[in-house]
Amino acid sequence: MAAILHIRDLTKKFGGLTAVDAVSFDVSEGGIVGLIGPNGAGKTTIFNLITGVYKPTSGSIEFRGKSIVGLEPFRIADMGVTRTFQNIRLFKNLSVFDNVLTACHLNANYSFAEAILRLPRFRTQEKALTAKAEDLLGIMGLLGYRDLIANNLPYGLQRRLEIVRALALNPSLLLLDEPAAGMNPDETEQLMRLIGRIRNDFKLSVLVIEHHMDLIMGVCEHIVVLNFGEKIAQGTADEVSKNPQVIEAYLGTSEEAADA
Amino acid sequence: MDWTYIQGILMLAGINMIAVLGLSLLTGFTGLFSFGHAGFMAIGAYVGAWISASPASTPAGLGLPFILAIVGGGAAAGAVSYLIGRISLNLKGDYFCIATLGFGEAIRLIFNNVNRFGGARGWPGVPGKSTFVAILVADVVAVLFLANLVKSRHGRNMIAVREEELAAQIAGIDVFKYKMISLIISAVYAGVAGVFFAHYMTFIQPKMFSLTKSTELTIIVIFGGLGSISGSVLGALVLTALPEVLRAFEIWRLVFYGAAVILIMVSRPKGLMGGMELTPSGIRKVVAERNALREAKAKLLAEAQSGEED
Repeated sequence: MAAILHIRDLTKKFGGLTAVDAVSFDVSEGGIVGLIGPNGAGKTTIFNLITGVYKPTSGSIEFRGKSIVGLEPFRIADMGVTRTFQNIRLFKNLSVFDNVLTACHLNANYSFAEAILRLPRFRTQEKALTAKAEDLLGIMGLLGYRDLIANNLPYGLQRRLEIVRALALNPSLLLLDEPAAGMNPDETEQLMRLIGRIRNDFKLSVLVIEHHMDLIMGVCEHIVVLNFGEKIAQGTADEVSKNPQVIEAYLGTSEEAADA
Repeated sequence: MDWTYIQGILMLAGINMIAVLGLSLLTGFTGLFSFGHAGFMAIGAYVGAWISASPASTPAGLGLPFILAIVGGGAAAGAVSYLIGRISLNLKGDYFCIATLGFGEAIRLIFNNVNRFGGARGWPGVPGKSTFVAILVADVVAVLFLANLVKSRHGRNMIAVREEELAAQIAGIDVFKYKMISLIISAVYAGVAGVFFAHYMTFIQPKMFSLTKSTELTIIVIFGGLGSISGSVLGALVLTALPEVLRAFEIWRLVFYGAAVILIMVSRPKGLMGGMELTPSGIRKVVAERNALREAKAKLLAEAQSGEED
């Protein structure tokens, strides 16, 4: 299958620290790829590089065959790459509905003048936006919380709302940064099914960072393992979990393991 | 208290209201604080005065109709704000605020030293074209434009920038562009307010547009409540009228003014309106939010109880 995201020799240095060191991997069209590694391995940095929050020191990032290096984050979002954040970043003081409605803005193109004078195009497009936002909330089971201020939403649902907000942009590549952080096994299980479902329903590719191994092993078709900024392994869940380098990165060397 | 006196206060409140509504978009909806909006008022006032003052007066004007003065004053303030925005909008939070403070003072000092516009002595011959009706119409138009803007996707994008800048970027919002547009619109509002101010006072002087004036505008926006148009309207009315109401206290009136502002801010930290709107849809929204919170709490409580029983 063709690769939707194509990363080659991606490197990012912060002063003397090499956070990401010549990492290469692909995300295939419609695939779910897991990005794992111990804390500080450079996973979130890679997300920040893909979404344009950081500029890479060297290397290439191609989305659908076009380089997206050096583009502003909003342009990259425009092209169909969007993400969620490790520490949730919702529009906290807005209602659940307004969070999603705001993110739907790319589906409308009326001008300032049309908005200020409330011309017909403004009204029809606003109606369509409202319908789309309600639709998304319905599909993701958040319609019951429509008018709740996002900050008052239970933690697990805040993470879910962030995914809904990302989906409102009609992405073709969704980056999830530790979507299961702070969730109990039940919620993690639900989330796993949700990720699979949105991939199918919204026809998108997913790149997910996660520490919950059950989630990664259960849902990802391909896994990339990082350690100290370098890619140390990649492959299917089985291959990766048997890779000695991966075991070493997570559990220490065999002597240490024997001691314990 | 005769009608002319009350009308005078209302006109001044109406003029302030135009500037405050603009600043409300920038501060209350886009999250950028400015301490230089008196500078934009000054630009509007002087350009407006220049357009409408008679060629026979000193300093000489163009003698054109008042409506052109409004358009010209607003456009001039908007154009200058674009230049200021290009260099300062990349600054984060407090630093942008300090840049606007410097800009406001710089504008005042420039007008102080340009003799063509009367310098520090001021410009006496501005025609008194700001009528009660003209100000009222301007206020209504200003409120309607702002209300429609805020309820559109453009307004929501500005609110998103205020709420969470990084998330706004990732949601495909051109943060710089929306900050810029918000700044320009607020500057145009301030410029138009300046034109009305000049044609109400019939005499303008650079020191009328000092840091104190900028601070007053920002105080009114915060007092009324960030992110609320009705708050800005109420704030402009209350805080412009308050010094007049307190005139009985003579030299103590500014002390009471300060005390009144502190009292309101302590009892209502989010300002008079605190992000709410005094319109049917605004009230419905607040009620819906309260109900949703109650339902969500009940739901969580029920889940927790059923969990204990398991």
